[in-house]
Amino acid sequence: MAKIPKKLDEDPNTTGHEWDGIEEFDNPMPRWWLWTFYATIVWAVGYSIAYPAWPGIKAATPGLLGWSTRGNVAEDIARVNAANDGINAKLAAAELTSIPTDPELAGYAASAGSAVFKTWCAQCHGSGAAGAKGYPNLLDNDWLWGGSIEEIHTTISHGIRNEEDADARYSEMPAFGEILERQEIKQVVNYVMSLSGTPKDATLVAAGKGVFLDNCAACHMEDATGDRDQGAPNLKDAIWLYGGDYDTLTNTVTYSRYGVMPAWSDRLSEAQVRAVSAYVHQLGGGE
Amino acid sequence: MTNYIKLVVLGLIAFFALIAANYARDLAYLANALTVAAVAAGTFLWVLRNTDEPVSTTDLSGQYMDGVIRFGVVATAFWGVVGFLVGTFIAFQLAFPGLNFEWAEGYANFGRLRPLHTSAVIFAFGGNALICTSFYVVQRTSAARLWGGNLAWFVFWGYQLFIVLAATGYLLGATQSKEYAEPEWYTDLWLTVVWLAYLAVFVGTLVKRKEPHIYVANWFFLSFIITVAMLHVVNNLSIPVSIFGSKSVQVFSGVQDAMTQWWYGHNAVGFFLTAGFLGMMYYFVPKQAERPVFSYKLSIIHFWALIFLYIWAGPHHLHYTALPDWAGTLGMVFSIVLWMPSWGGMINGLMTLSGAWDKLRTDPIIRMMVISLGFYGMSTFEGPMMSIRAVNSLSHYTDWTIGHVHSGALGWNGMITFGALYFLVPKLWARESLYSLRLVSWHFWLATIGIILYAASMWVTGIMEGLMWREVDANGFLVNSFADTVGAKFPMYVVRALGGVLFLSGGMIMCYNLYMTVRRSPAVTADNSAVPAE
Repeated sequence: MAKIPKKLDEDPNTTGHEWDGIEEFDNPMPRWWLWTFYATIVWAVGYSIAYPAWPGIKAATPGLLGWSTRGNVAEDIARVNAANDGINAKLAAAELTSIPTDPELAGYAASAGSAVFKTWCAQCHGSGAAGAKGYPNLLDNDWLWGGSIEEIHTTISHGIRNEEDADARYSEMPAFGEILERQEIKQVVNYVMSLSGTPKDATLVAAGKGVFLDNCAACHMEDATGDRDQGAPNLKDAIWLYGGDYDTLTNTVTYSRYGVMPAWSDRLSEAQVRAVSAYVHQLGGGE
Repeated sequence: MTNYIKLVVLGLIAFFALIAANYARDLAYLANALTVAAVAAGTFLWVLRNTDEPVSTTDLSGQYMDGVIRFGVVATAFWGVVGFLVGTFIAFQLAFPGLNFEWAEGYANFGRLRPLHTSAVIFAFGGNALICTSFYVVQRTSAARLWGGNLAWFVFWGYQLFIVLAATGYLLGATQSKEYAEPEWYTDLWLTVVWLAYLAVFVGTLVKRKEPHIYVANWFFLSFIITVAMLHVVNNLSIPVSIFGSKSVQVFSGVQDAMTQWWYGHNAVGFFLTAGFLGMMYYFVPKQAERPVFSYKLSIIHFWALIFLYIWAGPHHLHYTALPDWAGTLGMVFSIVLWMPSWGGMINGLMTLSGAWDKLRTDPIIRMMVISLGFYGMSTFEGPMMSIRAVNSLSHYTDWTIGHVHSGALGWNGMITFGALYFLVPKLWARESLYSLRLVSWHFWLATIGIILYAASMWVTGIMEGLMWREVDANGFLVNSFADTVGAKFPMYVVRALGGVLFLSGGMIMCYNLYMTVRRSPAVTADNSAVPAE
């Protein structure tokens, strides 16, 4: 039983159709609506003449303005490159050690290096360079492979333990689970813990020292301060790449670790590598 | 006799589904095959029990078929709450990544739940809303019972099966990785069957209509059903790696695949979420306002302009990608021209209220419909604006897009659906009125404030991250890392999640209100006989 809608005296005519009580007024389309619609159509035609739009058999119309998205970005890149060409050349040619002391180069390298770092390095080392488990903190003065600007530059250029660069820094700690007895691993882990803190079982520390001197001292040195030539970490400074608790250390000794960093010299320009080297160098721990 | 054929078919389906489960190459396929087997076996038993029972011979052709619509209303409300709940949870996951629990990794982390949320709200909530309202509207405005007998029931249950297959597939890892087209090949094939049945029911009912003209709502519903069928089939063209596995390989590759995907994706918005819901609007707004539609002329022009233009607008999703510039230009230009045709629907809806504006004070359902038209107008202005290359270079890949989608989805699709449900439940269950208009008001305000929190926070964080991404120093170097921009968004992510909580609680209040309407409201005599309007 369709309900007839309330009509008002001033209502316009309807079209005469009715469905389930719904009628339709015969109102014209709003003028502003129609004219805006026309205006967008006119604009659309104009825009498609000015910009690449109409596809043909072989190519599309390039548009009267000759604009393209690729041209647009190429222009931007070319403009920035042109502006930085001079200082990039200077940076690439400068003595590495002179960069931190040259105010012009140091300032430029810090901002350029920061951009490189945030794009390429932050994924592992964190956008603030504080690192994460397995990825060294670059803010402190503890370095695995050396903290002078030259050493940092070498590490960034060639990377660590990667397979694509023959000059990558390389060393490999043996998995001592295959070499030592379980008890010996317990002993040496307790000894290593005792160097910078409290061991889990103090009674094993003395025996652990013997195991350490026989098996670990060749790389980590007798005093356990490490060896940067081999990327062997200092074990006395309470700074841990993977963690210094009993379980993590047991894991490290048993299975070893094999952290990899890519080589950047084939992905970044020399100026960029130097800029990011200088940036890391000035973060706080540079030597 | 037909029952015996049904039994044979169902038995074979169950049998082959079990074989497929036995040879299943992955977990999602296994789960889906077992689901199909269970459904086929269950239906087999049900048909068996009804076989050779006395058949009622009452002639129902003069009555509207409302049972399936009642089920549709319940399904809409149910899937709505499920979809909102998952959405709210993943909003919290983005703000607090710890909610990606270690023990649920691979099943309930953000990546698995996100398509579950989008499909639940668009296809389960929106799709059920469209199917049940279109069945209601096409009967009333054609003065005819649904065509095809129990085919409408097949559409309803078949669509629910599609939803369950798709949802369990997502959680267990079956996905084509195409946004809004994630279900794998066999789920797509099933949906195609169901959708063609839907088209048949709808067109069949229109053909046997007793009114001389087809009402505008039905134009929109029909364009939605036909276009979605076309989009679905073309975008899901793929070759299964094995018939016993869920993985398939797309027929298109590279930028052609991307273009096909966004031709589909944008028109999922255009025809599913716009044309279909405009069909809903064209019936429920004049009914609730009890006023004639503002302009017949406007409805004709904006209908044809809308469906002609929308189909070309997809490339604006691929600005500044491998897509050639000319295609981007055309997508953008068509999007701009689309602005007024989209607004035609808003004008026709809002102006229908002229002469009945006082109802806004007294009728929270009208208020819901009006605000949905407001959000519709806002997002159909925002959309063309974001399709402009220069704006897109800032907005693309940022949360602005997510804010835009949600002001449309929560504001327009959600609110108009809520309005329609509040209209339908008393009618379908023959109740005098809703259980409580106060609760409708609560729902209205919770949902509105929720949407505003959501959209506003996403505008802020979207524009902020767009600006942070492009920020360069005097030498032309980027200032921020990606992680910096993620960190900066945290407060807005919390606000967004709170907006979701409000919207979700509004939805739950609605469910309670509808339930109590059915249980408690005084009954009236139902009249669902099909009488043409005079």
